[in-house]
Amino acid sequence: MEAKVIHLTVNGRAHRALVEPNLSLLHVLRELLGYTDVKNGCEKGDCGACTVILNGKAVNSCLVLAWQAEGAVVVTDTGLGTLEHPHPVQEAFADLGAAQCGYCTPGMVVSAKALLDENPHPSEAEIREALSGNLCRCTGYGQIVHAVQLAAEKMVTAESAENAEEKTR
Amino acid sequence: MKITAKPLPSVELPELRQVGKPLRRVDALSKTVGATLYAGDYYPTNLLYGKVFRSTIPHGKIRRLDVSQARALEGVACVLTAGDLPRAVLVTDMPGQTGQKRRSGSDAQVLATDTVRFIGEPIALVAAETEALAEQALRLIEIEYDPLPAVFDPLEAMQPGAPQIYPPDNVVARWRIRKGDVAAGMAAADVIVENTFSVPYQEHAYLEPEAGVSWVDERGVINIRVCTQVVEHFRSISLALGVPQNKLRIQGTMVGGGFGGKEDITVEIFLGLLAKATGRPVRLAFSREESILAHSKRHPYVITHRTGVTRDGHITAAEVKVISNSGAYVYLSPYVLLYSTGMAVGPYRVENVSVSSASVATNNPFTSAFRGFGAPQVCVAYEQQMDEIARAIGMDPYELRRRNFIHKGDLTIHGQELTSAAWLEETTTRAVAALGDPTPDWGSFKVGQGFASYMQSYGRITWLHDTSQAWVGLEMDGTATIRAGVPDLGAGQISALAQIVSEVLGVAMKDITIYHTDSAVTPLSGTSTATRQLYMSGNATLQAATAIRKNLLERASRYFEELPEAIDLADARAFVKGHPEQSLRLAELVAMCASEGLPLANLAMFKAPFTGPIDPETGQGQIWPDFTFGAQAVEVAVDTETGEILLLKSAACHDVGRAINPAAVEGQIQGGSSQGLGYALMEDLAVEQGRIKAGSLSEYLIPTACDFPETQVIILESGTGVGPFGAKGIGEPSFTPAPGAVANAVANALGVRIHELPLTPDRVLAALDKTGKRSG
Ligand code: FES
Ligand code: FES
Repeated sequence: MEAKVIHLTVNGRAHRALVEPNLSLLHVLRELLGYTDVKNGCEKGDCGACTVILNGKAVNSCLVLAWQAEGAVVVTDTGLGTLEHPHPVQEAFADLGAAQCGYCTPGMVVSAKALLDENPHPSEAEIREALSGNLCRCTGYGQIVHAVQLAAEKMVTAESAENAEEKTR
Repeated sequence: MKITAKPLPSVELPELRQVGKPLRRVDALSKTVGATLYAGDYYPTNLLYGKVFRSTIPHGKIRRLDVSQARALEGVACVLTAGDLPRAVLVTDMPGQTGQKRRSGSDAQVLATDTVRFIGEPIALVAAETEALAEQALRLIEIEYDPLPAVFDPLEAMQPGAPQIYPPDNVVARWRIRKGDVAAGMAAADVIVENTFSVPYQEHAYLEPEAGVSWVDERGVINIRVCTQVVEHFRSISLALGVPQNKLRIQGTMVGGGFGGKEDITVEIFLGLLAKATGRPVRLAFSREESILAHSKRHPYVITHRTGVTRDGHITAAEVKVISNSGAYVYLSPYVLLYSTGMAVGPYRVENVSVSSASVATNNPFTSAFRGFGAPQVCVAYEQQMDEIARAIGMDPYELRRRNFIHKGDLTIHGQELTSAAWLEETTTRAVAALGDPTPDWGSFKVGQGFASYMQSYGRITWLHDTSQAWVGLEMDGTATIRAGVPDLGAGQISALAQIVSEVLGVAMKDITIYHTDSAVTPLSGTSTATRQLYMSGNATLQAATAIRKNLLERASRYFEELPEAIDLADARAFVKGHPEQSLRLAELVAMCASEGLPLANLAMFKAPFTGPIDPETGQGQIWPDFTFGAQAVEVAVDTETGEILLLKSAACHDVGRAINPAAVEGQIQGGSSQGLGYALMEDLAVEQGRIKAGSLSEYLIPTACDFPETQVIILESGTGVGPFGAKGIGEPSFTPAPGAVANAVANALGVRIHELPLTPDRVLAALDKTGKRSG
């Protein structure tokens, strides 16, 4: 089969890329489009370092064929926040020592963000379950779990503050 | 086990402003927002892609190697074999910033010349326009072998007539300790306890597979951007490339996990060769499978203890035999073995000791550094032996240890005096007490508790004459810059330096920029290994910052008309102590110093103690700068129907001397614990006939977020370490007691001991069958 042009929206930016049929979304994001925050830890679906949010769901991008993602909306870690304006999950990870070497971190942050979108008040067991596909060799996961709990608290507080503001308007 | 925490001796640690606080690390936010660029994240233009052609047999002569078709493939820029290299020498011995130490016989081949000795040994290199073309070129390389007899078991490899990998007897290193009179000590014993324990391979499984990119710059310097624990490898690489040392630059990156696996040379030597051969930028990144095949492993060991003890729990003699499997090449096996030898009896005072150890070559994957460097393996053995001795004489396992613990001022078995606090009772009682009452047995589950105490060195072997350099400078706006060769593996190596500078110069962490791990622009700081960076580079940074502080205080003392001792620096200001209204912005003080030509930058070198080698016959002499002490305790439940083991509780207590950043210390302890628990309970590389059976992350299972509960961390601070502000090292020691604690807990649950790790369900069921305790 010939290569074909596919369309992706990544972190709000529209992209077109000429893609061979056998290439993974991970390959296209990293090597063709330059999203090197999406990490390659195994290319087999075993480690979660390549996790992105694809049309609202956290997936291992190494297991998705790029052609299947035609027209998709993709969010990677760099799409969630920046050094100046980090996302609450990114901030909590930094504050609580949840990133050591940091190689698992972009995937871990993305999985945590997807969890909190679905379940703003996760229990510890639910957090561990949601992150069980993201391997981390450095932290032993304790500080990561605490960071997700802290982010959840902060996000809920921020949201209720926003709601209160809206009501008074 | 009912134990209450032993009260701590009174320690007066000064309250500091930055040091001792769980501050956000300087590298943290960049990592969490995905801004940090790792070694595999650079894609320069005009790039070539490198690949490695590897041996598929464990031992053989290369009869025919034909790369002509690969070379002829369009899009292939070069194919290199051993014959194309100027010098095919791969230095595997200890790199050092004060001069490479190379034991004779420790060099290996960069690419196999005529013999391959393990599966995965590199034979040829390819660089091509795309990764797919490079892979295609690998498939076009033709090779034929004459297989040679292979040997995989170190005990067999030592026998006369075994296949020779390392002539004459495959023994790559031996050490011995002889102290006191073992025969007399054994004769004085009431009971002699003998056991043999074995521990397996362990794969580092860092999340970042080895990667890098190389190019030749406008000066003719070969640049290699790579994830490495050792910038100083540029010296050995220049040797292999046949270029002067100042024509080879290692630009380290943030390392996506090292744990010892990026201590030896990995991709960087291939990158250098390919860039030199092609004159173009080259990228080389291992897949996960290639990473597992290509880099070192933790050494498997077989350790036999014979211990004499009196009825009242006094150890009268210890005889220990230690054998490690070095795999096909030497690498750091001799030094790893030295660590195992020096710590073979653990944190106990034993007057009559004999330790005999050997590391033996086989046609297995090669073994080298892994967090703990030979200390965890012997801890698994000596702590199980202590429990077995306690059982033999009917004594409580803690009480037996307490009666034999080594103390400050005592001599180790290698005759080195302990000069810092040895808080073994303090740490062990706290770890055990933290478990609380045992969970009752339920259904087919039997619950057990166990613990392990340890001592472990930090800092390099003192006869290697270790040094570290760091440069600190103040800018005119009052911000600070640090330059230090330190590789950062994720343990917070560089952030600790910033925290020290912040303390000494009163500059906020956010106003400090650090350049690090670059052989061209940062002064060499030595390796990020041996739990040495905080000790060595922390002290060098402290020295440099203190020298600048002295100049600032001297100038400020003239300004305030006060003695220098009356002035302090904090929050970007200089002020008179007790009179904060008398203050000056740091930037103004810097300007005053600059206008008088007072130095605002300093390059400092810190030297560890330099000693001579130990006595080769008796093993007596100083080996390490200092030691860390601690313990871990765990509770497990073993399913006597299925053999499955659940970890219910875990608590670790270590005396870290002084926690520069308690959050980072806690992270080290939790991470080390998790790797140690994984080693005991689940990690199994399954090496058969030299072939790794668990060669991917779906087969080699490491702990996930769901496998273990969090380890409760208890940090003690005796303030007595030789690191900055009294710090000791914790990076590697955090691993050491975990696996032995698990082994003891499982034996406690089952009433029978399994002498081999990992504690798989099969082994549990076999042990239960033997004793008729299997249920169901
Ligand atoms: S790289 Fe996709 S799961 Fe590991
Ligand atoms: S922080 Fe290193 S793998 Fe998670």
